[in-house]
Amino acid sequence: MNLAIKDIRHNFGRFALTTGGVGMLLMVVMGMGGIYRGLVQDATLLIDRVGADLWIVQRDTRGPFAELSQVPANLVHRALAVPGVDTAREFVYHTIQRERNGKLLRIAVLGLSWPADKGKWIQLTAGRPLAQSHYEMIADESLGLLVGERIVLGKDSYEVVGTTHSMLNTNGDSIGVVTVSDAQAIQFDTAGEAVRLERSAREIRGQKSELASQQPALLENAAKPATELPPIARPQISAVMLTVSPGTNSKEVAKIISGWGDVSVFTHFQQGELLLKGLIEKARMQIGLFRILLTVIAAVIMALILYTMTLDKIHSIALLKLIGAPNTVILGLILQQALMLGVLGFGVAYLIGQRVFPKFPRRVILTDYDLLQLAIIVLVISIASSLLGIWKALKVSPNEALS
Amino acid sequence: MSTTPSTQLAIETQQVTKIYGSGNTEVVAMLDASMQVQQGEVVALLGPSGAGKSTFLTAVGLVNPPTSGQVIIGGQLVLDGPTAHANLRTFRRRHIGFIFQKSNLIPFLTALENVQIALQLNGESRNAARHRSLELMEYLGIADRADNLPSELSVGQQQRVAIARALANRPSVILADEPTAALDGHRGRQVMELFAQVAHEQSAGVIVVTHDHRSLDVFDTIYEMEDGKMQRQNAAAATQDR
Repeated sequence: MNLAIKDIRHNFGRFALTTGGVGMLLMVVMGMGGIYRGLVQDATLLIDRVGADLWIVQRDTRGPFAELSQVPANLVHRALAVPGVDTAREFVYHTIQRERNGKLLRIAVLGLSWPADKGKWIQLTAGRPLAQSHYEMIADESLGLLVGERIVLGKDSYEVVGTTHSMLNTNGDSIGVVTVSDAQAIQFDTAGEAVRLERSAREIRGQKSELASQQPALLENAAKPATELPPIARPQISAVMLTVSPGTNSKEVAKIISGWGDVSVFTHFQQGELLLKGLIEKARMQIGLFRILLTVIAAVIMALILYTMTLDKIHSIALLKLIGAPNTVILGLILQQALMLGVLGFGVAYLIGQRVFPKFPRRVILTDYDLLQLAIIVLVISIASSLLGIWKALKVSPNEALS
Repeated sequence: MSTTPSTQLAIETQQVTKIYGSGNTEVVAMLDASMQVQQGEVVALLGPSGAGKSTFLTAVGLVNPPTSGQVIIGGQLVLDGPTAHANLRTFRRRHIGFIFQKSNLIPFLTALENVQIALQLNGESRNAARHRSLELMEYLGIADRADNLPSELSVGQQQRVAIARALANRPSVILADEPTAALDGHRGRQVMELFAQVAHEQSAGVIVVTHDHRSLDVFDTIYEMEDGKMQRQNAAAATQDR
């Protein structure tokens, strides 16, 4: 005869409500773990998927994910000349905030090095990779853009040719992928009036210089587009990504490049570490500590619930002792109820979480490892929280059945 | 391990004393209470409220060990003062059946399960326990309420379930504290006769604390307690006196 189940059946409504409450609490603990995991995965998603062995960034910076990094576009050709380098790609990355149909859109714009990189490494949920050098975009579903839709960024209109799922940056902004030149066009988009003013200013600066008085024809160039003026630098890129040839040690390539005075170089692992330790470390710790706190609170609440449930049965427990029930029967009654509360609460947490977490603005990732870890924690909490009730039950005298 | 010279005794208490508190707050609840109950004997314990009857019963029932004195059951010294010479809970389960004024049933078990659990705790199989429980409930006229929870039974029905539970393991000692208080006169007498029958059939010693003087003729021996002191009465005389 299973006394634990008999008691639960007798007080089913109360037990169901209690289990629901514990389940909701565990769902929050589970959710915090999922948010933590989501934060880490979002942070390293790009680095992991883009498939670069080395990152060349502006000297003494920590790369485009941590801070502003600008390197000349021709760095790609310099890097390709290093022995052991297989491919070198430009990397342009910046965040924009625009309005579309009355709604704010935050897009982390990622530039692909066309034509070397057409985004075939991107996991698409619909559509195709980029097929032309301009005016095409791969957008994350969270932007609300469908394949075939168009979006105006700067002076140009971009057609969404492919969509991704949960491709977010560290801040949770959705990533939009275009070619490097389009990314730069979006980044350095300048209003027509600003261009005209700059050309006029260029002419005035020229008139003041001695060179213009010696070569008046130079002033004619002042009105030309910046791209047609050799002395004016091309727009810079954020970084250069390298892959090394098979059999080449990427650390040796990094050693060569780190000797250059204008750039710094990081391996794939170092870039990931910089992101985790630098950019999201505090958020990670905050969530981690909050999760620990919630786990402790869940344990305390479960202990109080189980203690109250034991107090409700104290007369029956005394009676069981009076008719000679061994301690194992009483211990089993409390422990089984504690485990049922924990296991069912975990189930409730999982089921509700599956429906609620996808509606969260940031990714909540429940990994098998985290779920298993939480399940073990819940079992330990269940056993630990029943100790108070067990202590009370073992202390009660059979005499109390007579009072 | 001590044994009494006579193995015919189901229960024997020797100068059992129970003192609560100490110093100025000391209360003597029971003083040198000695009783001998033969196997198959039914004993009534009479006395006013606060006389120490329940204290005596709980001492014999191994629930509330005495301050001094010995409790010997079935020839085995079980309690020597507060010192236990056996596992009291196991001993209670195997040898003692309790019936108290309040039915004391487990609220989340049905009537049948309340009887069955006593048997299953004693190692009976589920089917055998169920069979024996139904048999007892049939005998006590409550088989039709087997699947009801205690809260769905009348006070009298609850008491009969408690009696069935006490008798379930065929105990050698039955202790009853005003078991018929919640029953009508006819049913009360039936219960007393049942105790006598069980005592004779199972060679059990039965002690019943009662105020129901209409059934005193059922008892073989009558003891009376007053101010914690116990005295044996002449059964025939006591029945006539009352």
